[in-house]
Amino acid sequence: MTDHAPTNAPTHALILRNGQSAPVNDLPRIPFAHWRAQIDQSLSEGDRMSACFGAQVDGHIDLFAVIGRPQHNDFLLVRTQASNEFPSLAATHPQLHLFEREIAEQFGLVPIDHPWPKPVRFHASFTGKDAFGREDQAPPRVGHMPFYEVEGTEIHEVAVGPVHAGVIEPGHFRFQCHGETVLFLEISLGYQHRGLERLLLGGPHPASTHQIEALAGDTTIGHTTTWCRILEGLSDQPAPKRAAQIRAIALELERLANHTGDIGALAGDIGFLPTSSFMGRIRGDYLNLQAVLCGNRFGRALTHPFGVRFHDDDHRLSEALKRLKALERDTLGAMDVFFDSPSAHARLEGTGPVTPLRAAQLGLVGMAARASGIDMDARRDFPAPDTAYWHPDIAVLTDAAGDVHDRARIRRLEIEASIQWLKTHLGAVVEGDTAVPAAPLAPERICVATTEGWRGEIVHAAITDDSGRLARYKIVDPSFHNWSGLALAMRGQQISDFPLCNKSFNLSYCGFDL
Amino acid sequence: MLINALIHTLVVLLLSPLLIGIIIRVKSRFAGRRGAPLVQPWRDIWRLLRKDLVISHTTSWVFFVGPVLGVIVPVLAFLFVPLGAFPAAISFEGDFILWLYLFALARFATAAAALDTGSSFEGMGAAREVTYASLAEPVLFFCLLVIARLSGSLSFNGMFGADIAGMWPTAGVSLLLVALCWMLVLLLENARIPFDDPTTHLELTMIHEVMVLDHSGPLLGLVHWGAAMKLMVSGALLVRVILPFSTGHPGFDIALFALGMILLAALIGVVESVMARFKLPRIPQIMVGAILFAFFAWILVLR
Repeated sequence: MTDHAPTNAPTHALILRNGQSAPVNDLPRIPFAHWRAQIDQSLSEGDRMSACFGAQVDGHIDLFAVIGRPQHNDFLLVRTQASNEFPSLAATHPQLHLFEREIAEQFGLVPIDHPWPKPVRFHASFTGKDAFGREDQAPPRVGHMPFYEVEGTEIHEVAVGPVHAGVIEPGHFRFQCHGETVLFLEISLGYQHRGLERLLLGGPHPASTHQIEALAGDTTIGHTTTWCRILEGLSDQPAPKRAAQIRAIALELERLANHTGDIGALAGDIGFLPTSSFMGRIRGDYLNLQAVLCGNRFGRALTHPFGVRFHDDDHRLSEALKRLKALERDTLGAMDVFFDSPSAHARLEGTGPVTPLRAAQLGLVGMAARASGIDMDARRDFPAPDTAYWHPDIAVLTDAAGDVHDRARIRRLEIEASIQWLKTHLGAVVEGDTAVPAAPLAPERICVATTEGWRGEIVHAAITDDSGRLARYKIVDPSFHNWSGLALAMRGQQISDFPLCNKSFNLSYCGFDL
Repeated sequence: MLINALIHTLVVLLLSPLLIGIIIRVKSRFAGRRGAPLVQPWRDIWRLLRKDLVISHTTSWVFFVGPVLGVIVPVLAFLFVPLGAFPAAISFEGDFILWLYLFALARFATAAAALDTGSSFEGMGAAREVTYASLAEPVLFFCLLVIARLSGSLSFNGMFGADIAGMWPTAGVSLLLVALCWMLVLLLENARIPFDDPTTHLELTMIHEVMVLDHSGPLLGLVHWGAAMKLMVSGALLVRVILPFSTGHPGFDIALFALGMILLAALIGVVESVMARFKLPRIPQIMVGAILFAFFAWILVLR
């Protein structure tokens, strides 16, 4: 399976399916101009940059581009080498701007003519070189950078965070306002940076799976499933089908818990009491469904490499099915009240729009992209072999305005689809083992895996060294793409609408900060 | 008159938190919860009053004036207000103009206290508050002019006296419009949904609450107390318009008034339970609509 490559593979690139690995030397270093030409060509054909990262190889920095090709259900990888600087592609492809800033921050490479050359997470570079010309080698202070400023006697600046009134994570938001209207919003994160990618180097360590589970606390299943696919791909030891199906079920339960919580939170933000109260309770019920599966409400310790920790016992699945059927009525009822209320409708519609064009340029992913009319979903576009077609119907808004109302509406559709799917598939899990023995990782291989978490496309990529240890592990959380979408959605909007827009995206801080 | 003033003062000081308790209880029931006990607002105020103060170094005495006037003004204003058919403690020709500007004074003090902190949030809140208040003021004036015209009096005692029941058959449409407009202003001025959300923690969306973010401990307790009293004072006249009956016995009159206030609080709780907030740019549009309604009600009684 792992060495299988489609016949149409170009010789300068490598084509991998979700969770598939290949010898890293099969991916040749090509000149930067060719690398760039491939990216130009692919992105102009409608493919997406799923990940773009650097890795240290023999004192040089190799740049890897992982281009998602939904039409072919696979990833196209190209690789080039850079020493101190490289020409920026961000002006042509805005979806690359944050990847290039990340490469600059991690390896000290300067992206020449980058339109927005600022740090991403404010940590010292891996190589000791600093791309931003900062002098001291002490860890940089988070948020210390020149913010974009608008000048004028009627302009005022509002700074929010990193400490908030709500029980949310830290992030800094700088608004340039004219009266109540936001001209520009700049978001500065990095307060939660834990150096996760570096912690995984030399691994997998005993703690690694637990660290991945806590990568973004509300996306435990999504990230851990992706991590497992990477390890299983690198060792060519796939998990049993039963385990893969239970992961797919847990993924939908996670989606249900978060989506119901989000709709409740949106209702709370606009002061719409009934849905706010009921969804808070219903979210807890979906978390409890995850606890039925594995004993933990956030799905911790359910999925682990080479299987799931879930023995038996079909009564767990049937118990979950029984509870789900009881929950369905409450969930749909609370959503109906919300979406049928004229005052809620009026409050949400037209707030924080992201046009399909802008969403595509920024490379938004997941439900935020689908709410802007972009038809993408990793469950369908990049299926893993053993769970192909094992997912709910994909909902896309074809009449999308990309506003808060649409981001609420897409959640509603996904909730309905997931409930329907779970009702038929909770009882359809195949019999068999839930885990296979762990196997060592093969040396000098590269692997890409993706999962459609509840926020959107999660991409992990890994390279092993000559002794089969992780030499580079790259994590792309959907929030990495979508924070830019939030900043853009606020342009020209009322500053009082920011909390609502923010909630409609509900992005992860720690998933971005890693 | 002294006893009358004492009754007014005690009623507004001691009973106003009950209205907040009723609103919270109604909202809880709608949300499927049992809700806090009705005495919870008193407990909260008492708890806050016993706490220590945290005062920002950038503030001055102006910071204290806001909450203090926020308590004094409703007590003073309540002396002018008849409790149903039970007459006001102080009454003179044109007292309703003083009454309106007492609230303007309290608002000025609150906004000044907010600006005194130098916080960008509080500045935004102060700007919002005075903007919307400037639109609410003409509504109130036209509403009161309607009643003044119908009663031929310029004092609250005359305007909301025994004659008010007799106005309904002749000027029912105007009085309905007055009640509607007064209700809108009541919700706006008391920071209730759909105009503002007194329970939100989102500073950027607040109107009134954001101005008192820096107040803590006893000052915050005064703010909450003042808010409850303001609700009672501004609701009292609306209740009188809607329940214009008098029994001839002071005790029954006050009981009827109390019943009206409880129903009003329950109504606010229902509104808050079934509606979402407006977008902020919608608020001026609605208040301009209210001005037109109130103006029309006044035109109708000028014939």
